[in-house]
Amino acid sequence: MIRFLSRRILTMAVTLLIISALIFFIIKLPPGDFLSNQIAELRAQGESASIAKAEFLIKQYGLDKPAWQQYLVWLGVMPGPNGFSGLLQGDWGWSFEYDKPVVEVVGDALWLTLLVNLAVVIFIHVVSIPIAIYSATRQYSVGDYLATFIGYIGLATPSFLLALILLYYMNRWFGVSIGGLYDAEYAGEPWTWAKTQSLLSHLLVPTVVIGLGGTAAMIRRMRANLLDELGKQYYVTAKAKGLGPTKALLKYPFRMSLNPFIADIGNLLPHLVSGSVLVSLVLSLPTVGPILLSALKSQDQFLAGFILMFVALLTVVGMLISDLLLAWLDPRIRMGGGR
Amino acid sequence: MEAPLLSVRQLTVDFSTDAGDFRAVDGLTFDIPKGKTVALVGESGSGKSVTAQAILQILSKKAGITNGSILFNDPANGGAVDIAALAPESDAMHALRGGRIAMIFQEPMTSLSPLHTIGDQISEALTIHADVDQATADRKTVDVLARVGFPDPKRALTTYPFELSGGLRQRAMIAMALITRPALLIADEPTTALDVTTQAQILDLIKELQIETGMSVLLITHDLGVVANVADEVVVMYRGRIMEAGSRENIFRNAQHAYLQALMRAVPRFAMGENERLTPIREVKSAALASAGAPQRIQPQGPILKAEHLTKCFTLRSGWFSGKTQQIRAVSEVDLTLPVGKTLGLVGESGCGKTTVSKMIMRALTPNSGRVLFDDGTGPKDVHKLEGDALTAYRRSVQFIFQDPFSSLNPRMTVYELLTEPLRIHDIGTSDERYQRVKQLLDMVGLDQRSLRRYPHSFSGGQRQRLGIARALALEPRVLLCDEPVSALDVSVQAQVLNLLKDLQSALGLSYLFVSHNLAVVDYIADTIAVMCRGYIVEEAPKSSLFRNPVHPYTQALLAAVPDPDIDRPLDFAKLRTGRFSQPSEWPEPFRIKPGEFGAMKEIEPGHKVRVGHLTAREAA
Repeated sequence: MIRFLSRRILTMAVTLLIISALIFFIIKLPPGDFLSNQIAELRAQGESASIAKAEFLIKQYGLDKPAWQQYLVWLGVMPGPNGFSGLLQGDWGWSFEYDKPVVEVVGDALWLTLLVNLAVVIFIHVVSIPIAIYSATRQYSVGDYLATFIGYIGLATPSFLLALILLYYMNRWFGVSIGGLYDAEYAGEPWTWAKTQSLLSHLLVPTVVIGLGGTAAMIRRMRANLLDELGKQYYVTAKAKGLGPTKALLKYPFRMSLNPFIADIGNLLPHLVSGSVLVSLVLSLPTVGPILLSALKSQDQFLAGFILMFVALLTVVGMLISDLLLAWLDPRIRMGGGR
Repeated sequence: MEAPLLSVRQLTVDFSTDAGDFRAVDGLTFDIPKGKTVALVGESGSGKSVTAQAILQILSKKAGITNGSILFNDPANGGAVDIAALAPESDAMHALRGGRIAMIFQEPMTSLSPLHTIGDQISEALTIHADVDQATADRKTVDVLARVGFPDPKRALTTYPFELSGGLRQRAMIAMALITRPALLIADEPTTALDVTTQAQILDLIKELQIETGMSVLLITHDLGVVANVADEVVVMYRGRIMEAGSRENIFRNAQHAYLQALMRAVPRFAMGENERLTPIREVKSAALASAGAPQRIQPQGPILKAEHLTKCFTLRSGWFSGKTQQIRAVSEVDLTLPVGKTLGLVGESGCGKTTVSKMIMRALTPNSGRVLFDDGTGPKDVHKLEGDALTAYRRSVQFIFQDPFSSLNPRMTVYELLTEPLRIHDIGTSDERYQRVKQLLDMVGLDQRSLRRYPHSFSGGQRQRLGIARALALEPRVLLCDEPVSALDVSVQAQVLNLLKDLQSALGLSYLFVSHNLAVVDYIADTIAVMCRGYIVEEAPKSSLFRNPVHPYTQALLAAVPDPDIDRPLDFAKLRTGRFSQPSEWPEPFRIKPGEFGAMKEIEPGHKVRVGHLTAREAA
């Protein structure tokens, strides 16, 4: 077990290192960088004070050095102007666009993103699993067709469109403004009970909007998995034992059909961050998605790099978690036997 | 006369599918007396499993009982209940199912959930039907596991099905069925997936438990040998109808119905005459075979194929989290000789290494030591050293026939594409010549030429296996490696394919290496038989002397365990009960082989060799 874990953590570290290099160099691929673009713009307007500051920042972050040196400094394995100070030391860099350290820009947004998307994941599972069980056990019934039909509509509806529609009608019918994650008056306020309440009531619509497509896809997959398992011999055995239908279903085929979803956790985690960019834009949710988008557009390299690294970290950690969970849940994997 | 435990009257089961309605069981009427075993016999698709499912009301959703009654006369309950009239999910039905009527299935691996422990699954059967706490249930589970022969029942509680051998899994299934002490046990092909020695032990166990508990058994099987050994009464089904029913004595001594007589003639038996031929139920005629002569080529002086001291080890990793590896010797010092135009039978139980040997001969695996020699008339050459053109020529000369006719044919290729593929790979002939060749091949295996454009799914299992044979013949090979070619087929079809292989051999001068676990089949087709156990060849002899005078204890056990469809030759259960026949270190002297030793083959009469331990071998030398 310890050997397994240490081997896995080592490969994870190597993977992350490779990803960090890829991220950095791809961000640097377009000519120029945030500051030189800005300087060019400022020159055109003739603002020498700002130019001086920008040039100071270029020196400060070594943007005049070759890309590979910038990369090593960013990583924290080569001394920059401030000595060793990079990702490894916990210094996530400076956002030029916001003129703030990355940690301050991303801070709240990161946790709100995780919150929204966690709510989405729970929503997807809570809604789709019962529907999937219903439609798998009553295959080709009216209910199954109905669930399938609604599922296809859910799959086919672009979520940003649904967001716009809901935005309009919720306001018109219920007088609810659903933009943002809390009412405007709480922005920048410390977390209070009232703010939390406001957050929860604002959470509902984004959750449904973002989750709908996923729910539909999940129903389809879960139904297919479950149908496969329902045909298996051990389910017949369970029924021949005299188990009631519900208990036989939940204890045997359902449990088996969960395996692919546990294996999927590794893919799910990064989606928590990057999955909802469009909807976040439409609903003006203060999540990481829009920040990442604008950072990439303006070549705000440390900000974009940090968010992408965070997503990568979530991916490898998610894979590890799903592997451990699978081993815990499935004795065949744990004990390495089976055919 | 005492009322029967179960009376089935005019039972009719209909399926409604997209392809139309279909009657699987048609007016079935039979009785199961108390404490007796009734065997339901038939080919696949005869409706025997559907009958069993109807009795337990676990039919698939597409099927339903449309007529008839199933009266269950439970001794523990007094009055009779008509199962057919109960709703499948009613409380009364739940109480019967698993409680009073229990069922075991064919494939013990898939019948048990891989995610739950044996103990959990067995004790569950008890807690559903009896009001007991988990501790009591566990204790009773240990008792019943001990009863069905688990070596360490306490430990078995927490083991998972995949950690057990096939035989132990089936024992666990039986324990699960019997823990509630049912009045009727339905056994649906309970031993079909097991090795012969294990099969004999399981049949013996069911018989013993039947005497102990007084339950009745409904045994569903296609194996007349099993029927002859354990059934009291026999019901023969064909296409949902009863063809013939009666006592075992009557059925075997005095089969009346033409179908039953035909079925009996189609099964290979040990007592067959030297040139006696099996009679398939549906004979396949091949016009081309009589005229197709063997291709003219130089024949080798010695054997066409020879294996010398073949040894193969596999490295196993014991678990996900542990880096520990383990060396398993799958094949040890195997010597085989295949003369031209003859058949060498390789017999052994699952896991004995016979398939590994055939794969090494095919050069799909590389042996750790030893060599395979192939002689195409220009002198023997080491197969594993062949390169370039010589290797291509070897590939053409040695072809393979697989066990499973369903997965060995690509479902997305037509028959024409399947059969021309070997020709295309080896770049033989123009497309016209290939077309002629394919038509000729289809003729040889007795298939209609109009099937060229069809896909494999539209053929039956036997027809597919004949397609597999036609594909193997496309390159005019000299040697065919047949790996269990008839194990997945019904008896009637099995006879067809065996006869075809025999005819092809005499017409085309082929040599066969025939790998099988079925002794009777090997006896029918092979000239020389080699018996394998734990990677060793333990005995090798011409078939007549092997069956007349088996010397090695393992061969003897294997022979004794085969149920013969002949009620005058019953299985000797008492003898089979004692042994651990497949442990080389527990064989009696002079056959004992200690771990790490190979022993040596000793010739006891011309052509008849048997493996003995080191000491004996040295004395002899």
